[in-house]
This record gives sequence, structure tokens and C-alpha cells, in this order.
Amino acid sequence: MSVIGDGMIQAGRLLISGDPEVLRITWRTLQITGTATLISVVIGVPVGVTLALRKVFGRWLMVSAVNFGMGLPPVVVGLFVWLLLFRYGPLGFLDLLYTPGAMIIAEVIIAFPVVAGFTLAAIQAINPKMRFQILALGANRWQFLWLLLREARLGLLAAVIAGFGSAISEVGAAMMVGGNIEGLTRVLTTTIDQEVSMGDFVLAIALSVILLLLTFFVTAILTWYQQHRRQPQ
Amino acid sequence: MKKNSLWLCGLVVLLLLGLAGCAKKQAQAPQPPSPANKNLILSSTTDVQDTGLMDVLIPMFQTQTGYVVKPIYNGSGQAIALGAKGEADILITHAPSAEQPDVANGDFINYQLLMHNSYVIVGPPDDPAKIKGLSATDALKKIAAAKAVFVSRGDNSGTNIEEKALWKQAGITPNGSWYLNAGQGMAPTLLLASQKTGYTLTDLSTYLAQQKNLQLDILVQGGKALTNIYHVMQVNPAKFSKVNADGAKAFEDFMLSPATQKVIADFGKDKYGQPLYYADAGNIATGGQ
Repeated sequence: MSVIGDGMIQAGRLLISGDPEVLRITWRTLQITGTATLISVVIGVPVGVTLALRKVFGRWLMVSAVNFGMGLPPVVVGLFVWLLLFRYGPLGFLDLLYTPGAMIIAEVIIAFPVVAGFTLAAIQAINPKMRFQILALGANRWQFLWLLLREARLGLLAAVIAGFGSAISEVGAAMMVGGNIEGLTRVLTTTIDQEVSMGDFVLAIALSVILLLLTFFVTAILTWYQQHRRQPQ
Repeated sequence: MKKNSLWLCGLVVLLLLGLAGCAKKQAQAPQPPSPANKNLILSSTTDVQDTGLMDVLIPMFQTQTGYVVKPIYNGSGQAIALGAKGEADILITHAPSAEQPDVANGDFINYQLLMHNSYVIVGPPDDPAKIKGLSATDALKKIAAAKAVFVSRGDNSGTNIEEKALWKQAGITPNGSWYLNAGQGMAPTLLLASQKTGYTLTDLSTYLAQQKNLQLDILVQGGKALTNIYHVMQVNPAKFSKVNADGAKAFEDFMLSPATQKVIADFGKDKYGQPLYYADAGNIATGGQ
């Protein structure tokens, strides 16, 4: 599989020489994915916590919806967002199609159920007696939530990592709503797709290696935070 | 202990916020002096992207006029469909038979011939169906008779539309395990044909660009039926008010201008020893589908 070997060598060359276009694409990938992950966490964690702790009317339905959202095919999300953002579509007035904003929207729709679902499971996994103990020790509402989140830290970090993974690996939806436009919405995954379609496999592999390194770097940091200290029980 | 985890939390949040903030700043990067509505959506086909022609022409246009072109590349079928819904401002496609209905009903205006090149039928060097040198329709008849593997784009692209038209001219409905539907772009389709030692219809430019990856020879070329004709057309602003009419007109004028036509005519000569496109502005279209 000399193509893979050649690809890895080219990845090294691109990174060492600091190829400007590759750096721009990589930076844009981080920005768009970072924003989408941040929004997904800001929405997803509270949703997951609420569904775990509160007896809301229709709770079962909402939990099912979140779990269903975890399995949503990204290409379907891309198609729906694309049609919604069409000029003559319902959200056309926003003028968001073929912008990074559209990609962020699609990635949030894909990633936030993942974050919410993992959070929900992580909070629910905490021994109910622990909750009573925290309250019994005189915690107010915010202390209670903070301590609960700390207890569920392993699952929560898994939620963030899973959300980030969903966002950064997204190609179909990103292509449709972003348009893979050079200098504007071109990211690593869409570029890899384009290069494969053009038959330049060595460059596609090189970009894949860079994408894998990027993903590993970010998840390694998050994993360190997840694993670095065991709380004395 | 509590402080440490708080710090780390804050750091991660800051990092993500910083990335998000940088995203905003980059979007406000300085632009050259520009027209009122500078965003222009071009709906075009993958081949003009793959050959690199658009990578040359679009920056030229943007520098000259200050418009920001958002090119969306698909097969001709989808490119035309997007334009017919008013979701694009200007089109460059190469499937006249699919373009005509929308020109006739007024979805597109200023339908102008832009350039042409040619399709070829490629196949394994030993040519089991013995089609070398035949006309396109005769070659297809022999391929069907021999049940030799033929790979179709299967994606309603311009090449696919041309292929279907050729089968129709030959009076054959291709069917059977020998007729493979790739459902992909031209380069992957060529690779599939090469792997399966089969035949396929391709535009010459993509074949030349992929040649080093393939074990396929050009077996049938030339003739009116294999001409690949590109038109440029604006989406009708009278029908679709959201269209950037000024931008579309500027782009069309640019594409048809003598300077640009010269760039098109010279494109690829140094790399492939032959021009990839023949500039046609002002000519009458002959041949093709």
C-alpha cells in the first residue's frame, strides 16, 4: 500500500514546510468544530442534567428523542439544514447557506444529542443515595449541581469527546451546507473528499493523517483531564 | 483540588471561546473595494473544478470585480436543478439537452456558448469488444453485444446524460451484470473501470489527468456525437428576485471576454501538450447532446 506510505510522507512535508493552504484549512477545521462543540456542550449538558434529575411531563419522549438524535444520520441532517437554508427556503432570509455558520448549525444538530445523551446517562448512573447525601450535607442548588457534575466527570468528559468527535468527522453535511468553498468553508474532511473525487489519493491520505493527528491531539488533552486524578471516595 | 479542576475547566472553556472568537475575526478580514451585493453563487460541474480551470478563472474575476464567488460543484443535472430553483446566480454546465427546457421556460437567460472539449470512450488495451476506431454508437452496440463490462457515472452528470443519449442513439437499453453504475465522479469511475478492465465514457481532460493511475487506452474519439459543449447562463432575475443579477451579468461578461477566452484556450497546454478546452464565445454550437 505504497499510496498510504507516500501519503504519510507528504503529510510530514506539508506540516514541516508549513504549507499555508493546509494550515488555513486545519485552523478553520478547529474553529468550526470548536465552536460547534462548545455550543453543543452549552446546550447539551443542561439538557442532559435536566432530563436526568427532573420529572418533566413527557420525559420519556424527550429522552427517546435525545437517544434518537444520537443515531441521526449526518447526511440526513445535512440535507434538511440545506433545504431549510435555501434562498427560497424557510430560513433563507438568514443568508447562512455556504458559510461557516451553516456548518456550525449542522454540526451542533449532530453533536448536541450525543452530548446530552451521554450526560443524561452519566448523571443517571450516580447512586441516588449520593444525591441525598449531598443535599443532607446542606448543599444549595448550585453546589448540588456542581458536585453532581464532578461525580459524573468521567461520563461528562466522554460526552464532550463524543460531541467533538461527531463534529470533526462530519463530511456529508459539511459539504452540502458549506459548499467546500476555498478560503471560506473548506475544512479537512471536505478537502479529503474532494481530493479522492479528483483522484489525488496521496494528498487525500496526507490530509487524513493531519486530521487524525489533530483529532488525537484534542482528544488527548480532554482524556488527560478526564483521567488525571481519581477522587478519593 | 477544587481550584485545580476549576482552572482546567476554565482553560478548556477559554480555549474553545478563543477559537470561536477567532472565527468571527477572520470573517471580517479586509475585502477589496466591492459592489453592493458581492456574494455570487456559481453552480457548475465537477470537471471544471477537477481540471483546475476554475481555480485560475475565479481568482481573476474576483480581483477584477470585487465579487466573492461561491462555486458549488455537482453533476450537471444537480447544477441545473439548483439554478432552476433560483438557488444560484450563474451556471456553467455541459448538458445542453438538460439545459434547454429551463432556457425555454425562461428560468435561464443569456444562454451563451462558452467552450467545448470532447468525450472519449476508453477501455482495456486488449479491447475485448473490438471497438477501436469505430463511431461512438457502433462501439456501444459492440460492447452490449459482447456483454463487455461498461461503467456508467450513474449520477445525472453531463457525462452521464451524454452517455445515456449515446445508448439511445444506438438503440440499446443497457442492462445486465456487465453494465455497472458507479454513482460517482469521473476520476473514481475511471479507476473503477480500470480495476474491472471495462469500458467507460469520459471527458478527455479527466482521462489525461488520471492516466498515470489507469490501465485504460483511448479507443473511440472524435466525431460530432462526442463533442462536449459548455454553456454559461444567468438565472433569470425577473423570475427569481433573490438572484444577484449584476454579479451574474459581470461573471458572464467576464467568461465571454476575449482575455478570459484566451486563458481558457491556453489552459493545460503546457501540462498536457494539448489544450483541455476550446474557447467558443460567439461561435455556433455544433454537435454534442
